[in-house]
Amino acid sequence: MSEEDPTRRTVIKVGAAVAAVATAAPALPDVAEAKAAVTDTARISLKVNGVTHRQELEARVTLLDALRERIGLTGTKKGCDRGECGACTVLVDGRRIKSCLTLAVMQQGREITTVEGLARGDALHPVQAAFIRNDGFQCGFCTPGQLMSAVACVHEGHTGSDDEIREWMSGNLCRCGCYPNIVASVRQAAKEMS
Amino acid sequence: MDAFAYTRADQPERAVRLAADPRARYIAGGTDLLNLMKDGVQRHDHLIDISALPLADVRESGGRIRLGALSRMSDVAVHQAVRRRLPVLSQALLAGASPQVRNMASLGGNLLQRTRCWYFRDPTMPCNRREPGSGCPALDGLNRWHAIVGGSDHCIAVHPSDLAVALTALDATVRTLSAEGPREIPMAGFYLPPGDTPHLETALRQGELITGIDVPVTELAAGSTYLKVRDRATFEFAVVSVAALVRLRGEEVREARLAFGGIAPRPWRSEAAEQALIGRPLNAATIEAAGAALVRDARPRAHNAFKVPLVQRALSDILGQFGRNR
Repeated sequence: MSEEDPTRRTVIKVGAAVAAVATAAPALPDVAEAKAAVTDTARISLKVNGVTHRQELEARVTLLDALRERIGLTGTKKGCDRGECGACTVLVDGRRIKSCLTLAVMQQGREITTVEGLARGDALHPVQAAFIRNDGFQCGFCTPGQLMSAVACVHEGHTGSDDEIREWMSGNLCRCGCYPNIVASVRQAAKEMS
Repeated sequence: MDAFAYTRADQPERAVRLAADPRARYIAGGTDLLNLMKDGVQRHDHLIDISALPLADVRESGGRIRLGALSRMSDVAVHQAVRRRLPVLSQALLAGASPQVRNMASLGGNLLQRTRCWYFRDPTMPCNRREPGSGCPALDGLNRWHAIVGGSDHCIAVHPSDLAVALTALDATVRTLSAEGPREIPMAGFYLPPGDTPHLETALRQGELITGIDVPVTELAAGSTYLKVRDRATFEFAVVSVAALVRLRGEEVREARLAFGGIAPRPWRSEAAEQALIGRPLNAATIEAAGAALVRDARPRAHNAFKVPLVQRALSDILGQFGRNR
């Protein structure tokens, strides 16, 4: 692709860089102790899917934006960016969280798993395979979040009935309305992983 | 989201020192604060990360269950002692938010989450809670979600926390630390009525840190339950909710404590409803009397009058459960 024909992703990346330059950091509180300790940009290291990534980030960068825009792992999706849709679900130390609702700087030293970290080479994770077999998606935008939530849901043991699966998958919305097949996928994955 | 400075605090005393500056704010789970900052409802120059403070344990001691302020909703909900001795607390926590948010949100942050009133959450609208004196569009606007009791002519927003309703019924105490030292605030005095200062929501002072919550373990608390009525089955705030602690001897109500969510600007304890039950048999007539006492001073608005019968029916449902379990 030529420079006159940038990909959508490069446009987004350039836009983010410009925004970062244009916004001045706030003046620090004039408390002596705070001055010594406070940073508005931080050199942080995030461990994602077993790989350590060192980044210099503003404190306001969410874990979601760090994953997508800095580290380049765009499997994790930004839907609402308000914790309502679940498309940004990742595992932190094995627990599912919404990566749009936490700051990257707060997640240092933890093991972060994204959808890119589920498969082992060409071998899909049983939850991924179950979603394909059960047609658990249509457009696919919510699917990475659904998968991460489903992996946690199975490990938590919240798959005793379809009602229980629905309750414990309720933090992930699907605008295509694939819920019956998502429930079937989780049910099957739970059976295979037990 | 505007840029801000960030400090991770490793000791409560240091967090409190940093938060003496009014431009600073604590962040724990971040599940509400970051939304408020993204939407421009709140701006803070300095966030003090308290998520690593050693305040996340849950233990039983001296007739109380002591909950660390930074313990997560999901961990507290499944804690054995909580489930066995304080079922209403476990149920209220599991009725809130989504599994992902419950893995993130701290108990202290849950108590301090801001109202979901859509006028408050929209910085282009006036709101006395957000900008004192700017007005309250909910009074004559879209007020289906709003308070039927305890509101004022300045604010009728409802408090969204299920946890706070359960803790109010359980007569819990909030433990805090500030520059003046530690203190304890009973739940009954933790949230302030809106009056003409709805922007003052809690008894906390600038920089005061919630360090924990103490809940008394009683026979009454062991028989407690939570009912949440929502517009959809799950992952939604309460339209109305009830936390009920009832102790029966035979048919007679010996003790009762009732707190309600979704109907008031703060968790709503109704001693009037309790008094209509205590010392009387639990039957259709006394349950109806308790419901009537609960809404005696209700002041519904154009779109929320349905909450008046709804909360009475919710109370009737939950009290009926105690009758059946006898």
